[in-house]
Amino acid sequence: MPVANIQISETPLVLYTLRRADDALILGHRLPEWCGHAPMLEEDMALSNIALDLIGQARELYSYAAKVEGRDNDEDKFAYLRDVRQYRNLLLVEQPNGDFAQTLVRQFFYSAFADLYWRAMMGSRDATLAAIAAKSEKESAYHLRHSSEWIIRLGDGTEESHARAQGAVDHLWAFTGEMFAVDDSERGLIDAGAAVDPASLRDRWLKTVTGVISEATLTLPQNNWMQQGGRAGRHSEHLGHLLSELQSMQRTFPGLTW
Amino acid sequence: MYTQALNTGEADDRGLEDAARAAQFQARVDAEERIEPNDWMPAAYRKTLTRQISQHAHSEIVGMLPEGNWITRAPTLRRKAALLAKVQDECGHGLYLYAAAETLGSSREELVDAMLAGKAKYSSIFNYPTLTWADIGTIGWLVDGAAIMNQIPLCRCSYGPYARAMIRVCKEESFHQRQGYEIMLTLCRGSEEQKAMAQDALNRWWWPVLMMFGPPDGVSQHSDTSTKWKIKRFSNDELRQKFVDATVPQAQYLGLTIPDPGMTQDADGHWRYSEIDWTEFKQVLAGNGPCNRDRIAARRKAHDEGAWVREAAAAYAAKRQHRQTAQAAE
Repeated sequence: MPVANIQISETPLVLYTLRRADDALILGHRLPEWCGHAPMLEEDMALSNIALDLIGQARELYSYAAKVEGRDNDEDKFAYLRDVRQYRNLLLVEQPNGDFAQTLVRQFFYSAFADLYWRAMMGSRDATLAAIAAKSEKESAYHLRHSSEWIIRLGDGTEESHARAQGAVDHLWAFTGEMFAVDDSERGLIDAGAAVDPASLRDRWLKTVTGVISEATLTLPQNNWMQQGGRAGRHSEHLGHLLSELQSMQRTFPGLTW
Repeated sequence: MYTQALNTGEADDRGLEDAARAAQFQARVDAEERIEPNDWMPAAYRKTLTRQISQHAHSEIVGMLPEGNWITRAPTLRRKAALLAKVQDECGHGLYLYAAAETLGSSREELVDAMLAGKAKYSSIFNYPTLTWADIGTIGWLVDGAAIMNQIPLCRCSYGPYARAMIRVCKEESFHQRQGYEIMLTLCRGSEEQKAMAQDALNRWWWPVLMMFGPPDGVSQHSDTSTKWKIKRFSNDELRQKFVDATVPQAQYLGLTIPDPGMTQDADGHWRYSEIDWTEFKQVLAGNGPCNRDRIAARRKAHDEGAWVREAAAAYAAKRQHRQTAQAAE
């Protein structure tokens, strides 16, 4: 029975693509946990909408990884038949929704990065990644606008919303550094012009983030210790629970068509 | 709308005036003209429509919960995306419908509060639990199928804003229904376990879906005036029959058995179904279905726990307005 984890030929390009696909899938999985429970109907819709964009991005990236890999893996095998140690997403995106402020701050930190990242990736020498970037860039620009507006509303809203937003910023800040990290497997792709160097995006990211955070009357934490590990499959304790839910059908009924 | 008059003489005049207007109104309805928000309408027409449209809106919103229950567990990414899109559509339908209800003079907040307080109903079907993935297919196939039967005639409803909302809603709804049927088809062509899952879902949802059309014609409380005012075009039993006739061949094509051993086909082709358990229907409407408490509790929790977010948005909007006014004064 094909119930075990899949084997992956992790060439740099496969690994690179899977990492970005995992970011999109895990965040796209978290957001619909709000479905039917958001503070207002408009946000219920907006969060589902963003999730749908992200799942769309994940599907394209997984399909591309499968093609590059050339084994018999596909988007569903990548999503449903890898365990925590094989997942390569950022620690940031697997953090729990918490309250609305935590969800939006997480979204804001990620979208502020994704917006720059996808725009830069439109110039990738890898034609498929460039095409996926061209589509994703339009979506992430919308996600960034949505989350920026909410950070400002919450930060500059009431005392309570300010305190919650500040709490979320303080809590999630340590997970932002991982977005800019590069390891050896990515270095070659960057040198070949297939991938952008995320470190080169950091100043602009910080400028966007600082601008919105200050307009929101919030402050960034002084502590700049950054937690990492997601890219290497060393996750927080949250991911295992998320995957148990995400994968329950495929694990219970392996190898079927749905 | 008239407020309650204190002077009886004046009230008599108004009564006469209202009678003339009511006749004029009925003539417009009979001529298939659309009634628009600024037109005169009988108070009872306004009230009936506010009730019906808002309950329809509440149903879309509560209806997000049973399906939303499976978004994080959908078995493939394609199904996950489709389900997410569907639930998002439903939220959109809720928003259209609240907007249509608001044209009759009640605010969305008042209407939502009535639902959260248990004073306004939502469709009985959403008080049933989604236990397996096949329930998601069955809801698309049968629940959305029943909703379409109900809603297509509403596209010609006498009240313009409701009729127009229904045209938009029906387009998306029929897409959902096809999607649901496709899930069922995949299950029924799949493994034994999948087919059993599909049959079990049909067994659990069949009767609750038939109840979606409302009480039998003899008992239905709102039918007479709704028919006269062309809010309703077909009776509950007529629509239910149409639904059964359309659904039986679909079940046959899937190779599934409708859980009604007493079902027979008439010479004229109509499928005669057995007596519906109206006691269960009444219990569900009275709040005693399997999920009534959970559904309302989830909506109340979302409302209560979201209060600080809505307050923040309002406070920020007020501050911004204030700053803009101050800036303009400089």
